[in-house]
Amino acid sequence: MTPSGKEREGRLASRAVQAAFLIALVALWYLATTRWRVSPLLLPNPVAVLRNFWEILRTGEFLGDLRVTLTELAAAFAIAASCGVVVGYVISRSQYRIRVFEPLLAGIYSVPIILFLPLYVLFFGLGPASKIALGATIGFFPIALNTIAGFGYVDKMLVVAARSMGASDVQLFRYVLLPAALPIILTGMRMGFTVALLSIIGSETIASLAGLGHRIVHLAEAMEMAPMFAYIAFVVAIAAILNVLVSMLEARGKRP
Amino acid sequence: MTAASAWRRALRRPWVARIAVVVLLLALWEVAARWWVDPIFLSPPSRVFASLPAVFDTRGVPAALRVTFWELAVAFALSVVIGLAIGLAVGLKPFARKSFMPIILLLYGTPQVTILPLFILYFGIGPASKIAFGVSHGFFPIVMTIVAGVQNIKPILLTSARAMGASRWQTLRYVVFPHMIPSFFAGMRLAMTGVLLGVLLAELYVSTAGIGYFTTLFTQNFDPTRLLGLISVLAAMAIVLNEIVRRAEVHFGRWHTD
Repeated sequence: MTPSGKEREGRLASRAVQAAFLIALVALWYLATTRWRVSPLLLPNPVAVLRNFWEILRTGEFLGDLRVTLTELAAAFAIAASCGVVVGYVISRSQYRIRVFEPLLAGIYSVPIILFLPLYVLFFGLGPASKIALGATIGFFPIALNTIAGFGYVDKMLVVAARSMGASDVQLFRYVLLPAALPIILTGMRMGFTVALLSIIGSETIASLAGLGHRIVHLAEAMEMAPMFAYIAFVVAIAAILNVLVSMLEARGKRP
Repeated sequence: MTAASAWRRALRRPWVARIAVVVLLLALWEVAARWWVDPIFLSPPSRVFASLPAVFDTRGVPAALRVTFWELAVAFALSVVIGLAIGLAVGLKPFARKSFMPIILLLYGTPQVTILPLFILYFGIGPASKIAFGVSHGFFPIVMTIVAGVQNIKPILLTSARAMGASRWQTLRYVVFPHMIPSFFAGMRLAMTGVLLGVLLAELYVSTAGIGYFTTLFTQNFDPTRLLGLISVLAAMAIVLNEIVRRAEVHFGRWHTD
């Protein structure tokens, strides 16, 4: 057998294992709810969950909560990205400032910022403002740190070469600094987007008035298990779609 | 030499300037809290610092800190054990890696915070749900780094070990484990970040004995002094735990450089 044929067979086999694993998982879930009498308060029937999922999609009842969460996300990301890029750029302009501020930012970033959620709720209330503030804070750090890394560590040779060829400040920025830094900044933005999304859903789960996280908690407290599982699936799908979109934008922006 | 030039010379050292920035921020906070902001929302850092003994004297807070620390420690230990077991089981066989890594990556990519209410439902509102949620955040990074570490071992080392007649266990003991150590400790650092996030999220969501109970209490009583005091103690705990794991990573990751 040729090596490529063997490889293809191996890939097929591992695909088969993956499919079998997922099917076994769903089958176990189904059997647990029908045969083994696991209480529907702990584990709802997968068929009921699927029916609820279609119901949610068909009636469009998710729109209100989705709009709240996405608005919070957009506002938080806009604040995090603009502040992060500006602060990062200003810091990156001198080696001295990088040495002073980068360890500070990295140090604060290593503290779990979710700890400050009670403070944010105290300052901004239970509404969207506290979620926006928390998401913006958490998203700010990866963006600022990556902007510093992008602009701060451009190869000195390139800058000297451009200068000696008579590049102006604007030209230096446009043709040397920006192309060198952009891929790293875009990676930072993707990381910032992901953590902002997570922290917004998380803070909606902990203390909120509306939003997708709030809806899941609301259903959990009412013990409405099937709709709750359906909403969890819905939120996971939304998060996956958003992450894929952002990764695609990142890859597109990195193309020269 | 005048004082001004000595000051300027001292500021040239980055760490002096860094401390100066921190002091400046604290001073700004102090001024803002004393004169601009309503005292039911923010207290100045001097008062927060002075209130730390009062925070520890609050009935139940020392016990709550102990409970939270215990949850973090157990969750971290379980993450390491489970992550190591799954990582080795998946990583050592190329076929298992190709089959199960996509599933693990898929699970790792889903926002686990959406299923936080399920953890409470299954494990109760006590420490068990916090530990379980912390483990769900902590063991993925270890699996990832172990699989990556095992994958990066040069095949020639494995082949030559076998050629010299090493048994399966000897190959693991003398080739695989030593090469895994740097990535294992890198994974432990990420796992600590994850465990801190998971445990604190679950604590803040619902808590009977841990720290989340008191953050909620202080928030609802508009007691920013003690809230800030408690948060600073927790932040200090997180910094210390992160630092321990980071030091361990630097220490144990040093032996081979390539």
